[in-house]
Amino acid sequence: MDFANFLIQLLNSLQYGLLLFMLAAGLTLIFGIMGVVNLAHGSFYMLGAYLAWFLASQFDSLVLAIVVGTLIAVALGWALEWLLFRHFYHRDHLDQVLLTFGLIYIFEEVRSILWGDDVHSVPVPELVNWSIPLTENLSYPVYRLVISAVCVALALGLYFLISKTRLGMKIRAGAFNREMTEALGINIRLIHGVVFALGVALAAIAGMIASPISSVYPGMGSSVLIMCFVVVVIGGIGSVRGALVAALMVGLVDTFGKVLMPQIAGMAVYMLMAGVLLYKPEGLFKQ
Amino acid sequence: MSSPKATLEILPKGVQALLALGAIALAAFPLIPSDSSDFYLQMLSQMMILAIFAMSLDLLQGVTGLVSLGHAAYFGLAGYALAFLTPADVPVSLWWSLPVAALGAGLAALVIGFFVVRTHGIYFIMVTMAFAQMVFFLFFDNKELGGSDGLYVNFRPDASLFGWTGIDLENKTTFFYFTLVMLVGIYAFLRRLLFSPFGRVLAGIRVNEHRMRAVGYGTFGYKLAAFGLAGTLAGVAGYLWAAQTGFVNPELMGFHMSAHAIMMVILGGMGNFAGAIVGAFAFEYVMHFFKDLTKHWQLLMGSFIVLVVVFAPRGLLGLGERFMKKKDAA
Repeated sequence: MDFANFLIQLLNSLQYGLLLFMLAAGLTLIFGIMGVVNLAHGSFYMLGAYLAWFLASQFDSLVLAIVVGTLIAVALGWALEWLLFRHFYHRDHLDQVLLTFGLIYIFEEVRSILWGDDVHSVPVPELVNWSIPLTENLSYPVYRLVISAVCVALALGLYFLISKTRLGMKIRAGAFNREMTEALGINIRLIHGVVFALGVALAAIAGMIASPISSVYPGMGSSVLIMCFVVVVIGGIGSVRGALVAALMVGLVDTFGKVLMPQIAGMAVYMLMAGVLLYKPEGLFKQ
Repeated sequence: MSSPKATLEILPKGVQALLALGAIALAAFPLIPSDSSDFYLQMLSQMMILAIFAMSLDLLQGVTGLVSLGHAAYFGLAGYALAFLTPADVPVSLWWSLPVAALGAGLAALVIGFFVVRTHGIYFIMVTMAFAQMVFFLFFDNKELGGSDGLYVNFRPDASLFGWTGIDLENKTTFFYFTLVMLVGIYAFLRRLLFSPFGRVLAGIRVNEHRMRAVGYGTFGYKLAAFGLAGTLAGVAGYLWAAQTGFVNPELMGFHMSAHAIMMVILGGMGNFAGAIVGAFAFEYVMHFFKDLTKHWQLLMGSFIVLVVVFAPRGLLGLGERFMKKKDAA
């Protein structure tokens, strides 16, 4: 593998890892703070991608579609937390698994009723629809760099929100000791709603910005969900920092696995997970 | 936290009578002459196979308190084993291929169990799911293993023994009875196991694993043994499924199959094996009912699952128990 090829694969793995981080961050936050395991998290990714496709064809602008789509995702997350998830924080994990598995069916069918079962593609915005030439016949599409940049910006925003703002302080307090936080007069229910909506929005944004490079298709949520689980298990449940490190590791292993050993590429990531489990059964950054 | 809420370990007389009646009704079913009996025979055979699968999961989920979201992997592996063991032109003998397939699935469960059993609660759920997905992709990505299309099982296994050909599994009625015998046999075995010292240790692990360790039980070994046994029994179900449908594909070990098994166990009521059987029949019935009703069956199925979790988390037997208690109190 020459240097240009290596660089392309490295950038691809970075972009994939960062995208996975967007999804896993929401999953791990929701688990860390509310103690809920959410199998329907992948469905938010799928709904995001379909929203991007639908809204972009209405508005003729992907940026506008993403802005409106994010607002819809926040509203959806807020409503779901209020109607359903709020009542499951103290239930058994088994009940949570089943509830969210039922939701997967419901979201798939709602998607099928609203937008059908066809595969769609979303055009890359004109402004970034070009490539950077690396050698005579190799080049790298700028849009993939844009995805990585957006993910990095959002990750920094998330870091700032959680560790530097008053809201973030309340979120951390709620994760650390729920009763004490409530006793201090902080509206923990509001915090839960905010965190859940944030997690849903991150997953939907990941689906929206990824839609131009991965076509929009039914069932796109479930494969990404399982990758998210692997990321969260490797990183340690509840740890956003762990999710970032694990997502980048998974991105690297998956991308280079496909190039170097295509026969077992599908399994490489799970072998990584098995290795980490042997060494640290509770993930790399268990809190 | 694992789930301490097993329902009705000791079955009330009423439930026992109901189960016996159900078994008699199943045994009598092929005797009723009907035009569409072939269709119903197949459907009931499938339900019985899924009941075996659900019982094998109940050993983990209801008895030991280990919620596996990847149990379909062992179901599918044994199905694939039958597909590989069956030559293109002749059937394979039941008497060695069934043990090989089931033990193969059990061995896979032991290997995967070695990694997953050391995790707890939510990690266990996620990790079992991830490993099942790994097995899924192993078959999905490799053309030599059938790829995404799967494989055909050209013949049902041959049950002749030393020249005696009394059991012909190609016959739908015989296959139905064979499955029924397997179902009853495995149920009886698991009920015995539940009240054996081994079963008591597993129940103890569900209620409080730390205490069991403090009392001096090596819980890792017990949990691993339960995982392996559950995988073996899931393998029996998977073998029968492949024999009946004559076809295996990666979907058999998919995420939906695993989640359906959990749902069957919950729906009936877990921790007593009878609930798993009731749940498997009820779940399959509801699924067929919704599929016949509308092409948007997923919406109904999803709502059904959500409603069961919200209103009947202890399953049908749990509902029945509550109803009876109310009657006693009145």
